[in-house]
Amino acid sequence: MSCLELKDLYDGFRDPKVIKSFQKLIALEATKLLKPINIMEVCGGHTHTIMKYGLTQLLPNNINFIHGPGCPVCIMPKERIDHAYTLAMQDDVILLTLGDMIKVPGSHGSLQDARSRGADVRYLYSPMDALKVAEENPDKKIIFFAIGFETTTPMTAALMDSVIKRNIKNIFFHINHVTVPEAMELLVEGRDDTHCIDAFIGPAHVSVISGAKIYEIFPKKYHIPVVVSGFEPVDVMESIYMIVKQFNEGRSDLEVQYKRLVSYEGNLKAQGLIHHYFEKVDLFKWRGIGRIPNSALRLRDEFAALNAEVIYKNILSYEEINNHKLCICGDILRGLAKPHDCTVFGTACKPTSPLGSCMISSEGACAAYYKYGNLL
Amino acid sequence: MNKTINLAQGNGGEENAELISKIFYQHFKNDILEKCEDAAIIDGGRLAFTTDSFTVSPLFFDGGDIGKLSICGTCNDLAMMGAKPAYMTCAVIVEEGFEIADLETIVVSMKKELEINGAIIVCGDTKVVPRGSVDKIFINTTGIGVVQKEGISSSSVSQADTIVISNQIGRHGATIFANREGMKFSSALQSDCTSLWPLVEKLLAEDIAITAMRDATRGGVAAVLNEWAKQSNVCIEVNEESLPVSDEVRGICEILGFEAYNLANEGTFVLAVKSDDAKKVVDILQSFEEAHHAAIIGQVTHQYDGRVILLSAWGSKRFMDLPTGELLPRIC
Ligand code: SF4
Repeated sequence: MSCLELKDLYDGFRDPKVIKSFQKLIALEATKLLKPINIMEVCGGHTHTIMKYGLTQLLPNNINFIHGPGCPVCIMPKERIDHAYTLAMQDDVILLTLGDMIKVPGSHGSLQDARSRGADVRYLYSPMDALKVAEENPDKKIIFFAIGFETTTPMTAALMDSVIKRNIKNIFFHINHVTVPEAMELLVEGRDDTHCIDAFIGPAHVSVISGAKIYEIFPKKYHIPVVVSGFEPVDVMESIYMIVKQFNEGRSDLEVQYKRLVSYEGNLKAQGLIHHYFEKVDLFKWRGIGRIPNSALRLRDEFAALNAEVIYKNILSYEEINNHKLCICGDILRGLAKPHDCTVFGTACKPTSPLGSCMISSEGACAAYYKYGNLL
Repeated sequence: MNKTINLAQGNGGEENAELISKIFYQHFKNDILEKCEDAAIIDGGRLAFTTDSFTVSPLFFDGGDIGKLSICGTCNDLAMMGAKPAYMTCAVIVEEGFEIADLETIVVSMKKELEINGAIIVCGDTKVVPRGSVDKIFINTTGIGVVQKEGISSSSVSQADTIVISNQIGRHGATIFANREGMKFSSALQSDCTSLWPLVEKLLAEDIAITAMRDATRGGVAAVLNEWAKQSNVCIEVNEESLPVSDEVRGICEILGFEAYNLANEGTFVLAVKSDDAKKVVDILQSFEEAHHAAIIGQVTHQYDGRVILLSAWGSKRFMDLPTGELLPRIC
């Protein structure tokens, strides 16, 4: 990261003038809408942007948001977190994972708790950093607890590639990668007349890898508009405008607002790498949602020697653990309820003591409402 | 609370506050302690008294080292109560194998900082412990200061006050993060670690009507403002655009998903001053190099008592919340 101008990352995409002019354009288009529309932002990153920048406060009330399931940390079921915990507590193991994951509570506590009880748990910025940890600790087993959507999967695959090519013997993988379109389809199939998803804002980072093509099915099969959007407030406002226009023009198309990086085909090399190592299966229940066909990736059998789930199968349990009874995350993710409708929101359930998935990562809907207040 | 201590309980945020109130305040309870000020006011209001322990990795960072930090930190807590730092103690726990040359460098930078504050170390303690018992070196300093202006307190902020910040925010936290992770930026990102007494002395000399002052250390500006809002039962409204943040800090926040107002500072403080004086305060502060970016950042209302609100440039608003948990980089 030598001469990167960090300003370039956000400059221009938070310009108050541009945001206000989109606000006006949307308001104008929205007066022509025949009925109110529900837009689902699939990705937690968008939920975060919408709440943080207070974008709902800028919209007319015939445009409503449903906060989608796209937060890889939030959807991780307790069984899987328990796996991470169990593995971390092994004497000769160093467990590596990404960011927020170490905060998520399982049945015995979080990875943070495991660490305070003596486990060696570390978080990485890039999966490739695992190589260094492995080199510095030749007598330890390094287990990478891999999480994330299509965005992070190629990095896991690339790490795996290096491990195999360099014949590194002490890195293993516990794979929890999931895929976005399958979850979206399940939610669309599950809607009824009163609670429909009328349009999607598609996640940008996922689409950089997979290409916009993965969303084609929604306009084609379900006549639902999709706009793939960037994460800055200007991006999201423009995407909302594009969606409202589609309605008024009677279209349902797949459009890309985030043209800076997203193409139709995506990154074919990364897709090839993923396909080489992983196959699509129904591996576990999404927390708050349940089972979704073909929504997870599994390490192919040829690579079983690297698979921590295989190596440690005797100590890992697959019994499903139910979500907290009072938690209505499932309803929130389907657009049937908002965080405020939950009886324990902000009282028994807070970011410091989350009961359900939507409160866990800062990108979950409940966490974003708690943190930013959803002020009107 | 958990059965064992975890790192989040030292973050200066909610968990930290819970640990302190449920364990320490619970047992040590007394009127002075419960005021929760930066420094305790004792001896009938004449003296300010405070202590702080320092552990930082890396020990030498861009813009300072643990020695400078250990004097600035304690002296700044005194200065924030309107007290001139006078007498200090220095206790060091050092790990077997630590380089003597490094120790001396640290002590020399302590001395330099003492001079800036006009304070002296009058007693101390040194413990050497076996390798692995501490991470290199821990320093504790305790300080006594002589109160120059009475009545500065975080529970008397009112609608008559305007909120001022002394400089760009988040620089210490961002620097430590970048140094620790070996991130190299082309820019000159430096900790703001500095002694604040000279600035406070000048403000007092100009007879500024200061209601509250606090250096925004762990937990950042958000922690200070939230505490004031709670203790004074007011709503503090901050204009997001007026918060001074350097490009470097903003960039690090972008990459890692942090908020600059949650990051630690070691030489930047927040003031609540009577609104008529606000402009003058900014002018005085800006005459110091270490407060070049001083700015008015907000006002006090009763819109949401006990909370801090951020107003965006496009007319929306949100809470400015306390940080929770360990500061972790976001993953996607
Ligand atoms: S507030 Fe907590 S318990 Fe309620 S729905 Fe959200 S995550 Fe679930």
